[in-house]
Amino acid sequence: GENGTLSREDFQRIPELAINPLGDRIINAFFPEGEDQVNFRGFMRTLAHFRPIEDNEKNKDPTASEPLNSRSNKLLFAFKLYDLDRDNKISRDELLQVLRMMVGVNISDEQLGSIADRTIQEADQNGDNSISFNEFIKVGNLYFVYLET
Amino acid sequence: MCDRERSVAMEDFWAIVLAGLKVWVCLIVALLMVPAMFGFSLGISETYMKILVKILEWATLRIQTVNKEQQILKSSSFNGLVQRDDGSMEEELRGLRRSRPKPPVGGDFTLSDCFYFYRRGIEDIIEDEVTQRFSSEELVSWNLLTRTNIDFQYISLKLTMVWGLGVFVRYCILAPLRIMLASIGLTWLVIGTTAVGFLPNWRLKSWLSEWVHVMCYRICARGLSCTIHYHNKENRPRKGGICVANHTSPIDIVILCNDGCYAMVGQSHGGLMGVLQRAMARSCPHIWFERADMKDRHLVTKRLTDHVNDKTKLPILIFPEGTCINNTSVMMFKKGSFEIGGTIYPVAIKYDPQFGDAFWNSAKYNMVSYLLRMMTSWAIVCNVWYLPAMHQQEGEDAVQFANRVKSVIAHQGGLVDLSWDGGLKRAKVKDTYKEEQQKKYSSMVVGSEEDRSSNSD
Repeated sequence: GENGTLSREDFQRIPELAINPLGDRIINAFFPEGEDQVNFRGFMRTLAHFRPIEDNEKNKDPTASEPLNSRSNKLLFAFKLYDLDRDNKISRDELLQVLRMMVGVNISDEQLGSIADRTIQEADQNGDNSISFNEFIKVGNLYFVYLET
Repeated sequence: MCDRERSVAMEDFWAIVLAGLKVWVCLIVALLMVPAMFGFSLGISETYMKILVKILEWATLRIQTVNKEQQILKSSSFNGLVQRDDGSMEEELRGLRRSRPKPPVGGDFTLSDCFYFYRRGIEDIIEDEVTQRFSSEELVSWNLLTRTNIDFQYISLKLTMVWGLGVFVRYCILAPLRIMLASIGLTWLVIGTTAVGFLPNWRLKSWLSEWVHVMCYRICARGLSCTIHYHNKENRPRKGGICVANHTSPIDIVILCNDGCYAMVGQSHGGLMGVLQRAMARSCPHIWFERADMKDRHLVTKRLTDHVNDKTKLPILIFPEGTCINNTSVMMFKKGSFEIGGTIYPVAIKYDPQFGDAFWNSAKYNMVSYLLRMMTSWAIVCNVWYLPAMHQQEGEDAVQFANRVKSVIAHQGGLVDLSWDGGLKRAKVKDTYKEEQQKKYSSMVVGSEEDRSSNSD
C-alpha cells in the first residue's frame, strides 16, 4: 500500500471484510483480469456500481452509455461474482463453489448439490444446464422490487 | 585599540547572555518547578488556555462564515460515509426471499441471497468500524494546526496570519521550554528514585518515593502542557487493587501518575527506557518482565497475583487493550488481568482533540517524533474519571467480566464500545469469526427445512 495502488492484502486488513464468507470474491471484483494491483480509478469504477440511482439521471440523454449504477450493470456485477471463469455462464460447478464459500462446512456435499441443481432448474430456460446473464436478470429483478418497496 | 574594543564588546555580550540565562532559569524554577513540586498552580496555564479557546472559537467562526458564502456542501445528516440498513442477516435474507414462494424440499436458497453479502462487503470496504480506530480522529473544525488540516482551503489573510503566529509560538517558544522541562523531569526522576532506593525500608521510604514520583510526573506534565481534570476522586485506586484504563498513548501514564502512585507492568527495555525502569524499580516495586517471560502466561499471572495479594504494595496499572487506540472507541480487553481476582478500579481517559491529538500511531511515528509532535501542539487537555470499584461476580467468567468493565469505561468516556481486538492493527482476524458467519447462513438455508419437517408431522 501507500504507493497509489491497492493489493489484495490491503483489502484483507479490513476485519469485517475478512470474515465475510464471500469476501474473497468481492475483493477479486476490484482487480482486472490477471492483475494484482488496482489504482484509485479502478477502485472508484467498481464502487460506482453501488451509488444510489438519482432521479435526474432518468432524464439524461438516452443515447449516452448506461451509467455504471444502472440496474442491469449492478446485476452484471453480481453475475460476474458467480461466474468464476468469466465465460458468461454460471455452471453447476461454479454455483457449487460459491455456495460452499457461503455455508462453509455446515452442509453436506449431497445436500449442497441438490440445492444447486434445483436452483439451476428453476432459472435455466434454454436447457443448457447453466445460467446465462439473461436468465440471471429474471431472478435479480425480484431483488430490486424488494429494494424499491 | 580595535582589538581591545572588540574583546570588551565580546565580554559584554557574554555577560548579557549569562545574565539572561540566569533570569530565565530563575523564572522557570519559580513559576513552573516549585508549583509542580508542591502541587499548587499559579494560574498561568489557565490563562493560556482561556486565550487559546477564544482564538480557536474565532477561527472556527471565520471558517464557517466563509464556507457559508461559498455554499460548500455540508456533510449529510447521517453519520459516516455510508447509509446502512442495520438489519441482521436473518431479517435481510428474509426480505430478499419474500418475493418467491418457499420450495417444498431441499434447502432454501436463491441466487439473490448473495446480494446481502456483497452489499455488506462493499459497505465495509468504504467504511468499517475497526481500521478507522488506528489512525487519528478527524476534527469537525480546524484547530489551527497543519497536521489536522485535511482539506486545505485558503480562508482569509487574518486566519493565515494567526496560524503563522501560532506556528512561531509553538515551535520557537513553547517547544524548547517543554523539551527542557521534560528532560529536567526525567533526570530528577532517575536521580530521585535512585537516591530513595538507597534508604532502608522504613515508612519514610515509601512516602518519599511517592513524593518523588508524583513531583517528577508533574514536571513532565508541565513539559507537555497538560491540563487534566480529575473527576470522582473518591474512587481513586487503592493499594492491593488493579487499575485498568483505556489506552491512547504512552502519555496516559504521565496523566494518571500525576494524581497518585501506581506500580507499572511492562516489558523491560534497554537504553534510556531501561535506565528509567531500573531507577524506578529501586524505590518502589514495579513489575518489569523480560521479553521471553511475557510469553509465559502462568508466570505473568503469578507475579501479578503475588503483587496484588501484598496489601502494602501500590495498585497495578494495566492497559488491557494491549495497544494504542485513537480515543474514539474502546476495543476488546484482554482477559489476563481480569483473571487475577483482585479489585478492579476502572478509569476512563478522554482527550480533548481540539488542542492536540494525543494518539500514538506507532506505525507512522516512532517515540521521539511522537513526543516532539506532542510538544508542538497547543496543549493536551484531558478528562479522567475514576469509576467505582468492580469485582468479578458469581458465575461470571473473565471474558464477561472484562466486557462489563469495558462497557462501563466506554459509557463514562463517551467512547464507542467495540468487541474487536486491538491486535487487529497488526494481525489478521481469526478464521473462527468467518466460520460463525457461515454457520449462521447455513442455518437459514437448511434450518428452514427442519422447521418444515417438524410442521408437517
